[in-house]
Amino acid sequence: MTRLRQTLPALLVIAALIATWWIAVVLTHSVIFPTPWNVVTGVFELLEDGTLWEHIGASLMRVGTGFLLAVCVAVPLGLWMGWVPRIYNTLNPIFQILRPISPIAWIPIAILWFGVGNASPIYLIFISSVFPMIVQTTVGVHTIEKRYLRAAENFGVSRYTLFRQVVIPAVLPQIVVGMRIGLGVAWLVVVAAEMIALRSGLGYMIMDARNAGNRYDLVVAGMIIIGVIGLSLDGLMRMLEGIRWVRWRYAH
Amino acid sequence: MRTKIEVRALQKSFASDQGRLPVVADVSFTVHDGEFIAIIGPSGCGKTTLMNMMAGFVAPDAGSVVIDGVPRSRPDSKGILISQLGSVFPWLTVRENLMFGLNGHAPANKAEIADRYASIVGLKGFEGSYPHELSGGMLKRAELARALVVKPEILYMDEPFSALDALMSLRMRNELLRILAKERHTVMLITHDVEEAIHVADRILVLSPRPTRIQASFDVPFPHPRRLSSPQAQELRVAILRELGVDHYGD
Repeated sequence: MTRLRQTLPALLVIAALIATWWIAVVLTHSVIFPTPWNVVTGVFELLEDGTLWEHIGASLMRVGTGFLLAVCVAVPLGLWMGWVPRIYNTLNPIFQILRPISPIAWIPIAILWFGVGNASPIYLIFISSVFPMIVQTTVGVHTIEKRYLRAAENFGVSRYTLFRQVVIPAVLPQIVVGMRIGLGVAWLVVVAAEMIALRSGLGYMIMDARNAGNRYDLVVAGMIIIGVIGLSLDGLMRMLEGIRWVRWRYAH
Repeated sequence: MRTKIEVRALQKSFASDQGRLPVVADVSFTVHDGEFIAIIGPSGCGKTTLMNMMAGFVAPDAGSVVIDGVPRSRPDSKGILISQLGSVFPWLTVRENLMFGLNGHAPANKAEIADRYASIVGLKGFEGSYPHELSGGMLKRAELARALVVKPEILYMDEPFSALDALMSLRMRNELLRILAKERHTVMLITHDVEEAIHVADRILVLSPRPTRIQASFDVPFPHPRRLSSPQAQELRVAILRELGVDHYGD
């Protein structure tokens, strides 16, 4: 009941938006812009010929690969930078310059280096998600409360124990936050990357629908599918916040 | 009695906007093995700085802390500091916290020792709980148990019970005395509570306002369990309060 009360306003707003959209299309007698119903039939069309699943699979594969590569690089690097001031002072300025460069700006270079296959979008996803995760991990190390490090120092534990039982668990919640941000950015970027010179993926599907006969119903369908998958990915990352080793951060 | 800690002419100042701020002026005293010393002083007088220097976390500008005849420069597990804020790791269970400092034991032994100490401080049944599932008093018990489990020779306690309500604070004091009666430790306790000091300590050092020095020292010769309402205890309380500049003590 409370759950219904929480979600009801959001559902009402969505319904109102769809209604406005529908009325606007009908009133303006638009021939190109689809009605919500056109979009629904468009989705069924894509489902029936099976291409939708291929495109979704292609996009998810690229995001998954690029994102996991970024996690493997960002977490150790972020821990190292956070722990050793010398490394932080050396690498942080470089990352701060690279970080604000939009992944879209990397597209020409990605094509030059990796061609038009899967490697280019994977590289772009890597580039876009690695920096936020490095930053979050580093911040996580820097914000470990001193009293915990002191306690660890007091008990005179080995470096291994210090990292395994204090530093990494203390930073883990921040790493999860970084992963949430990173995956969000990765999903944004994969669609943009696929709009250029690729023959699969949701981004390609949208561009193809427009180029092949102004199928704007499929364009909008693609956009909505991207949104829904993005929401699910974020939900998946939020489930990570509930695991045993991270939950302490969100208690109280 | 054997000398455990020798504090020799400790001095410390910190940088501030108005130049150097002297915090600890010149503090010297000796602590016997197994003695329970309470340090009392006005707030902001430098008690915590003094304690941090004794535990090896802060280097003094001048002077030294000598433990068992050896000058101390770094913290180690022979002297465990229990701070006001508490430092039980929130990401480990009570058992894992207690096992944390236990080096050089087989894993199975560690759990067994940890559980024994959990039960000593009254946390039996909560070994698998996370700190956020415990109350403030239980958290302090966990903190105390984690310190005791490594069998430290010295316990440095910096206002450990000040965040607890009066009743829980009193209960924790009694628990501490009960445990100390069984396991011999040298204890340094910082407190701002005169009654607490009289309740638990063998000797009370009164510190002056900043920059701090030792202003007075009182022996507490009463046997345990102590009655704080006894005339002698009340007399001592008045004398200590007078040292702290409180002449009207509400009785």
